[in-house]
Amino acid sequence: MGSSILKKGGFYLFIAIIVFYAVFPFYYAIITSFKSGTQIFEVTYLPHGFSLQNYYDVFTSGGRAMTWADVLSLDITGFPRNFINSVIISTLVVCLALLMAVTAAYALSRVRFRGRGLLLMMILSVSMFPQVAVLAGLFEIIRFFHLFNTMYALIFSYTIFTLPFTVWVLTTFMRELPIEIEEAAIIDGASPWVIITKVFLPLLWPALVTTGLLAFIGAWNEFLYALTFTLDNAHRTVPVAISQLTGSSDKEIPWGPIMAASVIVTLPLIALVLIFQRKIIAGLTAGGVKG
Amino acid sequence: MSQTAAAPSRAGMSDLSRGRLRSAWMFLIPMCLALLIVAGWPLARSIWFSLTDAETNHINEGNFIGLQNYFTVLTMDSGKTIYSGVLVSGEWWNAVWNTVRFAVISVTLETILGMAVALALNANFPGRGLVRAAILVPWAIPTIVSAKMWAWMLNDQFGIINDAFLRLGFIDHKIAFTATDATSMWAVLAVDIWKTTPFMALLILAGLQLVPGDIYEAAQIDGIHPIKVFWKLTLPLVRPAIMVAVIFRFMDAMRIFDLVYVLTPNSSATKTMSVIARENMFDFNKIGYGSAMSTLLFLILLGSIILYLWLGKVNLSGGGER
Repeated sequence: MGSSILKKGGFYLFIAIIVFYAVFPFYYAIITSFKSGTQIFEVTYLPHGFSLQNYYDVFTSGGRAMTWADVLSLDITGFPRNFINSVIISTLVVCLALLMAVTAAYALSRVRFRGRGLLLMMILSVSMFPQVAVLAGLFEIIRFFHLFNTMYALIFSYTIFTLPFTVWVLTTFMRELPIEIEEAAIIDGASPWVIITKVFLPLLWPALVTTGLLAFIGAWNEFLYALTFTLDNAHRTVPVAISQLTGSSDKEIPWGPIMAASVIVTLPLIALVLIFQRKIIAGLTAGGVKG
Repeated sequence: MSQTAAAPSRAGMSDLSRGRLRSAWMFLIPMCLALLIVAGWPLARSIWFSLTDAETNHINEGNFIGLQNYFTVLTMDSGKTIYSGVLVSGEWWNAVWNTVRFAVISVTLETILGMAVALALNANFPGRGLVRAAILVPWAIPTIVSAKMWAWMLNDQFGIINDAFLRLGFIDHKIAFTATDATSMWAVLAVDIWKTTPFMALLILAGLQLVPGDIYEAAQIDGIHPIKVFWKLTLPLVRPAIMVAVIFRFMDAMRIFDLVYVLTPNSSATKTMSVIARENMFDFNKIGYGSAMSTLLFLILLGSIILYLWLGKVNLSGGGER
């Protein structure tokens, strides 16, 4: 009896350690972001003071304080600009990838043709190969089409990881759908295009949301291409902007604003992940790919 | 896996399946073209650049120099021979060592920890859903943000980790974890393990949940020790899931760039192959030489995946059928 209580205690201790280890860094970032001025240099384990100064600083960093006129004329600078860049790029890249992936996944999962296995292996290997291996070639294309330091450079280059990922996951999802629903449509004389749009799409919505979300997170977090293919702050995405936040001198790293920026970009992601928790786990295990 | 409409023989193919086949290719063309443009062509061009002496600022003015970026022997007038190229560069081999060390240690620890977490989450206890949500938090945080958060916690003067370690008596003076050669790799590893163990745990958990419960009941009735059950029963059953998870994580760890670049900038103790290749291309203006490095990384990964698939007999496309 005693040993069973000990076992139970040990088990819950292990669970507590896991939860603490997982959550503490983000908790610490939040309490740091609410500290002001010199408070930040005192280590505290519990929330201490409450100031929104760091958040104000983030919104004005890398640019000037904005007036409503600036916002209305879309003349947005600084960190808000980076945030908007990230939203636009990630959304467009995911929409493009899903558009191509739905039809491709239908062909790969429902039609038998020679070379299907090979094609699937190629798609998988593209999603796994090192992004730096194509860096020089991508740079050349981007320069050639005068896309350097524009959003299009990133939308273009992010396709290299969003497209194979979405195709792979949607293919595994579509394979699970029963053949009968498709047979009924074929007997009714529906064309493959009609089958996809009228039969599969309504069933695929949950899968599309999951896949899209995972691809979105991948694009939102991307760093190597965003760092290499942009030049000035107006075109940077959030991760690059955070990595480049510096103070008046090199020695003064503005930890407060960095933590505030980190909280701002992470909260929406954590909210999304917690809302779609079950679906994300299904998508991750189907794709086997880190988002 | 459901069987798709099969075409038994080419000759006996009906109009219907021929039409299906034609539209299948129509559906595949946009994706294939896109992948060719964003992946195939840039890869081929990168390999080509590695055979030239091109500079980044004048990317198309390079001359073909064969394998000189990789290895070349120069004999001076004085009779002295000089070897140069990536393959004899100390910096390159240092980066290879850093990358391999990082990948092997991180994937090993993540697998063991992931297994432990997955086993814990597979048990039934109140609040399991909350714990599963909690371990998704590190995974959801962008890598750059994680790097910055941990850089702040590991800060040499004001960091909470130094403070806690001092209070607990683990250390007697504050340590610059990310700037000291002896500790910087461990700092990178700590962040990576924190961030990716959840991913491992969830993949292994998915495998564990497919193991039918009555097998365990049978083992329990037979009075087999839990540790023996784990080694003889659980582990063999989840091995396919683990193999797939390990290969994806290993590929990912071998190409690591962002975490190292932000957490320990310019530290030769952590510089990985991706970091040093990009540095040569865009900081040193040597796109040819840098491409030789990125091409070598590509070849190393290609070689190791073939070796792994061959040794482990992993069926990757089986990953989706679990």
